[in-house]
Formats: sequence, C-alpha cells, structure tokens
Amino acid sequence: MAQQSSADSSDVLVDIRGLHFARGRNKIFDGIDIQIRRGRVTAIMGPSGTGKTTLLRLIGGQLRPDAGQILVDGEDVHRLGRSALFRLRRRMGLLFQSGALFTDLTCFDNVAFPLREHTRLPAALIRHLVLMKLQAVGLRGARDLYPSQLSGGMARRVALARAIALDPTMVMYDEPFSGQDPISMGALVQLIRLLNDALGLTSVIVSHDVEETAAISDTIYVISEGKVVGSGDPQSLRDTESEWVRQFMGGLADGPVPFHYPAAPYETDLLGEAGSARAEGRG
Amino acid sequence: MLEWIRDIGARSIDSLGTLGRAFLFLLRVLIGLPALVLRPGLVIREIFSVGVLSLLIIVVSGLFVGMVLGLQGYNTLVDFGAEESLGVLVALSLVRELGPVVTALLFAGRAGSALSAEIGLMKATEQLSSMEMMAVDPERRVIGPRFLAGFLSMPLLAAIFTFLGIVGAYLIATGLLGVDGGAFWSQMQNKVDFYDDVLNGIIKSLVFGFVASWIAVFEGYDCMPTSEGVSRATTRTVVYTSLAVLGLDFILTALMFG
Repeated sequence: MAQQSSADSSDVLVDIRGLHFARGRNKIFDGIDIQIRRGRVTAIMGPSGTGKTTLLRLIGGQLRPDAGQILVDGEDVHRLGRSALFRLRRRMGLLFQSGALFTDLTCFDNVAFPLREHTRLPAALIRHLVLMKLQAVGLRGARDLYPSQLSGGMARRVALARAIALDPTMVMYDEPFSGQDPISMGALVQLIRLLNDALGLTSVIVSHDVEETAAISDTIYVISEGKVVGSGDPQSLRDTESEWVRQFMGGLADGPVPFHYPAAPYETDLLGEAGSARAEGRG
Repeated sequence: MLEWIRDIGARSIDSLGTLGRAFLFLLRVLIGLPALVLRPGLVIREIFSVGVLSLLIIVVSGLFVGMVLGLQGYNTLVDFGAEESLGVLVALSLVRELGPVVTALLFAGRAGSALSAEIGLMKATEQLSSMEMMAVDPERRVIGPRFLAGFLSMPLLAAIFTFLGIVGAYLIATGLLGVDGGAFWSQMQNKVDFYDDVLNGIIKSLVFGFVASWIAVFEGYDCMPTSEGVSRATTRTVVYTSLAVLGLDFILTALMFG
C-alpha cells in the first residue's frame, strides 16, 4: 500500500484524502477521496448543491476542511503559511462560474492583471503575452472591450485567458458550461481539451452537464450526499452497476433520487392544510 | 421573555464579533499599507475618485455654510455693536467644528457610501475571491489604497471647505451687510490661534478621515455578497460614520477645548 502511494505521488497532482467539510449542521463532504492526475482532464460531477464549488475552494485554500487533507503537488494546502499558499495559488488557475472579471478593466487589462501583479516584465512583453492568451481563446479582437460589453460565453473565455496568464500547472473550471448557448458551449468544450493538451495542463472540471463533460474528460468522479458514488472513465460510468450513477449520467427524472422532495403524504398534507385554515378562520 | 433575553444575548455577541472582525481587518490593512509606497499610482487613482470627485459637493456646501454663518452671526453680533468680530466667529466655528464635522458627514454620504458599494459589489461578483485565487491579496490591492485615499483626502477636503466657508462669509459680510473688510480679516488674524484652533481642527479631520474610511471599507468588505447585503452596507456606512463622527467630535472637543 505504502509502495503504491509513493509510486502514485509523482503522477497525482491533487490528492484529496478523507475530506470532511460541513457548513453549520449541513454536512457537505463526508469522507471523500479523489486523485487528480497530471495532464488529464478530471471531472467532478454531481447534482446541484452537492458542494462541487466548495470542493474547488477547498483545493484553492479559501476554505478549511474539518478533517482530512488536500495535497497539491505534494504540499498540504491547509498547512501552508499565507505566503506559501499564495505561491502555490500562482500555479493554479480557477475559472469562476460568473467569470468574475474586473468590471473596471478592459479585457486586455484583465488578462494583464496577474502578470502585472506578479512579474516585473516590461510593458511590451506583457502586451505580447496578453495577446497570445487572448488569441488562444479567440478574443484578441475584443481586447479593448469592457466585461459589460461581452456575452456570457465571451466573458468566460476572457476569464479563462486570465486564469492561464501565469501559465499554471492546473486549471479548475467551475461549471464552465452552465447557461451557455450551444455555440459557445461547443467552443468552451473544445477549448478546455485543447488547452489541456497543448499547454500540458491538468484540468479539473466541476459540472453537472453530463454530455459535454463526459465528451472531454479522462476521469469522472460522481459525488452525491457527501460521498463519491462512482468514478472511472466516462464509458465505464455509463455501464456502471450503480442505479444512482446511471440515473445521473442518463438524466432520468425518477430513480434512486426521487422526483419529489421528501414531504408528508400528499393527501394528508392537503387535508391538513384545509383543516388548519378552517381552524384559523374560526379563531 | 426568555426568548427576548436570548435575542439580546445573540445580538450583543453578534455585534462584538463584528467589532472584533473590524479591528483585525484594520490591523491587516494597516500592515499592508507600507508596501503601497512602491505603487503610488494605485493610491493616486483612488484619491481621484474619493477626493477629487467629492470636490463639487464640498465646494458648494462650504460656500453656503459660510454665507449662512455670516448672515446669522451678523444678526446677533450687530445687537452688541460687535459686527466686526464676524470674521472671528465664522473662522472659529469653521476651523474648530464645522469644517471637519460637516466635511466628514458629506464625505460619508458622497465617498464612503460609494466605497462600500464598490467593494461590496466586487465581493458579490466574486472579483475579490478571484483576486485571492490569483494570489493577489485584496486587502492590500483593493482595500489598502482606498483606505489610504480616504484618510489623506479628508483633511484636504476639510481645509477646502473651511477656506471657502470663510470666503463665503466675507463676501456676504462686505458685499451685503456692509462690514468693514479690514476689520473682518484683522480680527480673525488676532483671535485665531494656529495651535489651539487650526491644528486641533486638522487633528479632528485626520481622526474623522481615519474612522470614516475604516467604516466604509470594512462595511463593504464584510457585507453579505448579495444585492440586499450591499444596500445594507452602504446605509450602515453612512449611519455609522455620521454617528461615529458626531460622537468623536464631542470627545475631541472636550479634550481639546474643555
């Protein structure tokens, strides 16, 4: 076992072990183990509200787990001091669901922001780097626009250019496909795979868009109710024994996850409501 | 009854917690300030939006407050034949009290609320969070320059307000009320002391600038990241700053002139 983990360690970029996390009384992760391998596209999927975004924030060190550890490149994220954590973050890019572009800066300045903050490169070189990143996402022509002038898909691509501005080893995507029209969705799907392979990145996609995510990921982890309920490559997950995972991957309305939110029986609820209304009327 | 007591307890713990966060936040911001020496451009840009863009309201208010002081002061002084002391009355009121206090109140409404809203919206749209993930500390990159800009702008705005107030009073006194201009200025020169009056006024505006900027950036940074949270934060900034300025003004006045 020990031997196996040491053999893995060079290959595994992010190693999540026994992760527990709760918000108040609401348990979000209840012992999760995930390994994200270098150079691959790993997807973390699950229904809305399973804490997928929370997981990315935990990996980025913005939240602290209650138990368990997260190793990124061999370093325990939550034991690092502030400056070491900031050094580690320079090697991670996170693409927020909203894009989170700085609204007072143009696209060009948004992409230049991390370069200007972290390097002392001359302006001409920064200009080249920014134009290269914008070219990679196909928005070199939009460099003088402000984020409010961009469509949702374009904003996300600019945010992607910003996330890769410092040439990180890993890029994390938070729901990259949600709320996109088919064309920009297709562009993003291709872009993620292309960047991953061309730049030698490691990509983590958090999503519930099964088709798009499965098309480009090497490994998928399915999370539900704080546990990993299935993992493997897309094909093996489709053929899985687990009914739950089949329901999720197939997008079936009813199954182990019921259509109805837990409630008292329908009939008694209706009658009970009428009964209490009558009581109120009398009172 | 028990519910009520519990509610009081919860509220006091809550506000003490906020106070603690505010102090720790201030400490972190202050620690990050020296690094701004290397990037004066950041501070200058904020001074423009906090200070320069507040000039219009400060200039107009200063002139009108001065003119009203001149009119009102004249009506009282003339009964005692002391209308030549109008310059002293106006200058002392403005330098000691109205300059720093009214400027701080206007500052809270014009610049403080804008700071809170800007920072709150940056938080609500995850801009602060994304900055953190880019390994840039928002407390140093966003908060520090804004805090420093507010702190530096306030004494300057108060000085402009005071100066224009005196000019306004002079214009009314000599143009409308027929007070002798020479007496207006010479009486002022005799009675207004640099240390006792002017310096104390400057100290007041420095204190108000510190507190007003602190409240504004903290409320923005600490707000709930929703549109309702941002609106509450801006309201709180104006209310808390006004109360803090008035309360501190009483304490400072008691210490300086009491």
